[in-house]
Amino acid sequence: MLFVDASDYGSLLQMALNGIPLPAQPESLILPSVDGGAKGLGVDLLPATASICSCNNVSKGDLCAAIDGGATSLGALKKCTKAATSCGGCLPLVKQVLDAELKKSGVLVLNHLCEHFAHSRQALFHLVKVGGQKTFDETILAHGRGRGCDVCKPAVASILASCWNEHVLKPKHASVQDTNDYYLANIQKDGSYSVVPRIPGGEITPDKLIVIGQVARDFGLYTKITGGQRIDLFGARVEQLPAIWGALVAAGFESGHAYGKSLRTVKSCVGSTWCRYGVQDSVTMAIRIEERYRGLRSPHKIKMAVSGCTRECAEAQSKDVGVIATEKGWNLYVAGNGGMKPRHAELLAGDIDDETLIKLIDRFLMFYIRTGDRLQRTATWIENLEGGLGYVKQVVIEDSLGLCAELEADMARQVETYECEWKKAITTPETLKRFKHFVNADEPDGNIQFIDERGQIRPKSALEKKPAVTP
Amino acid sequence: MTEAAHWTFVCHRDDIVPNTGVAAKVGSAQVAVFRVVAPDGTEDGIFALDNFDVRSQANVLSRGLIGELSTETGPVLVVASPIYKNHLCLRSGRCLEDDAWSVKAWAVTCGDDGLIMVRAS
Repeated sequence: MLFVDASDYGSLLQMALNGIPLPAQPESLILPSVDGGAKGLGVDLLPATASICSCNNVSKGDLCAAIDGGATSLGALKKCTKAATSCGGCLPLVKQVLDAELKKSGVLVLNHLCEHFAHSRQALFHLVKVGGQKTFDETILAHGRGRGCDVCKPAVASILASCWNEHVLKPKHASVQDTNDYYLANIQKDGSYSVVPRIPGGEITPDKLIVIGQVARDFGLYTKITGGQRIDLFGARVEQLPAIWGALVAAGFESGHAYGKSLRTVKSCVGSTWCRYGVQDSVTMAIRIEERYRGLRSPHKIKMAVSGCTRECAEAQSKDVGVIATEKGWNLYVAGNGGMKPRHAELLAGDIDDETLIKLIDRFLMFYIRTGDRLQRTATWIENLEGGLGYVKQVVIEDSLGLCAELEADMARQVETYECEWKKAITTPETLKRFKHFVNADEPDGNIQFIDERGQIRPKSALEKKPAVTP
Repeated sequence: MTEAAHWTFVCHRDDIVPNTGVAAKVGSAQVAVFRVVAPDGTEDGIFALDNFDVRSQANVLSRGLIGELSTETGPVLVVASPIYKNHLCLRSGRCLEDDAWSVKAWAVTCGDDGLIMVRAS
């Protein structure tokens, strides 16, 4: 595996600017270290007067003083000194100074997954891909120590799924899946689950709408429209899930993967088919994209949207991947986010045709999956990536790492090996055995209790529940 | 014989996928029973806790992920509640984050025949 690492650029530039003499073996500056020791360069060699951030005229000495004064996180350091707050080009160097100073003062700087794996998620991804480990036990024996925990188990499960597209339901993966991936549904506060069938692009026939209504009515579920143009059915007990999905699959529905760290939904506006302003068929494109990336496991959930014109009714710029129609084709935006810390997506490529669009999304997603940290959305990922959007452009458009063919091949394999997890589950007797509350009794969990509100169920509060249902 | 009457049959060891749990009905109580196996395949034992998670007030502990965490007193086998991820010691039921969320540990046996029994009390 060859990865070009530009992280030394800042240090090398500073060496040249400050006239720092070369070490005895100058090749050690650019070659990987052979003896396991640190390379012979680094911010430690820079004098305090070295200018780190030229936009805001911040020297290494200014940074060190701020770190001494308590600015021990990158965010605090930027806020305090204004370094890396304009063009951001010096951010990697600022981080190096910070890490070096912290290390000097005895603070350990680690990006390890957890106490069982002394690797970042990115490093572990490559180790697994090269080492060919197919299970958690193989992975921890080869690359970790101990038995694992609730942090590294789902992270490794996600890596295995991304690397090999192994069916998450296989018994050998059972013990490392979160309850959501184990039951293929979303656990709620009372221990019941919610169910989200896939509705690609938010387009649904009246017949299918009726089926969802019938299923919800038959099983007494609470229904709510989601922000991703789907319908969430709440209040299902584990033993009801196979029957619910039996009815949904029979009507042509597939798993919506709302339970997974994977593609959720591709939201769309109605597009040029109906809308007088639309310039492209956003619904057809949204469905194509959703069906291509459904089931893809990633460091975190992925949301997408396609808007049929610049009015942006699908809110694509708040998504991990956002597509907005232009007169000539599509604009592709990446790494947007809603939620707690909203971030506008950035333009990766403009006025591209259908095939280029798909190709770039393939590469972008696979690059993120390979290099993202555990539970890191694309917005945080790109902000922490040295070089940010510019670097992503180099990798996925200019092919600066020579990786594009590999990224595309990886995605092609994912697309080829997709299967609906629920369709598989309800036809696998071994899997169906897990869908029961008690191992030794055919009874539901009496603690899951509902009460009527606005014509639907909701969980009873502790006060509303009868006493003595729990030990 | 009267002593034996206090033990409730749960399931066979093979009915529990390694490093997962199941919920068992013991009298009117719910008990989470876990089977722990080391990465090299060595059976480490069967453990039993309340299935009721005090923190979330839901019967979900049997669905938690099993792990091992370092503590001041050495490594501890734990289950993480699937709702809020509070960790409970499999041997004692003690919650690592807050004692108020600790649960009861149940006496459990698994003989050479693989039959798992929990002592009702």
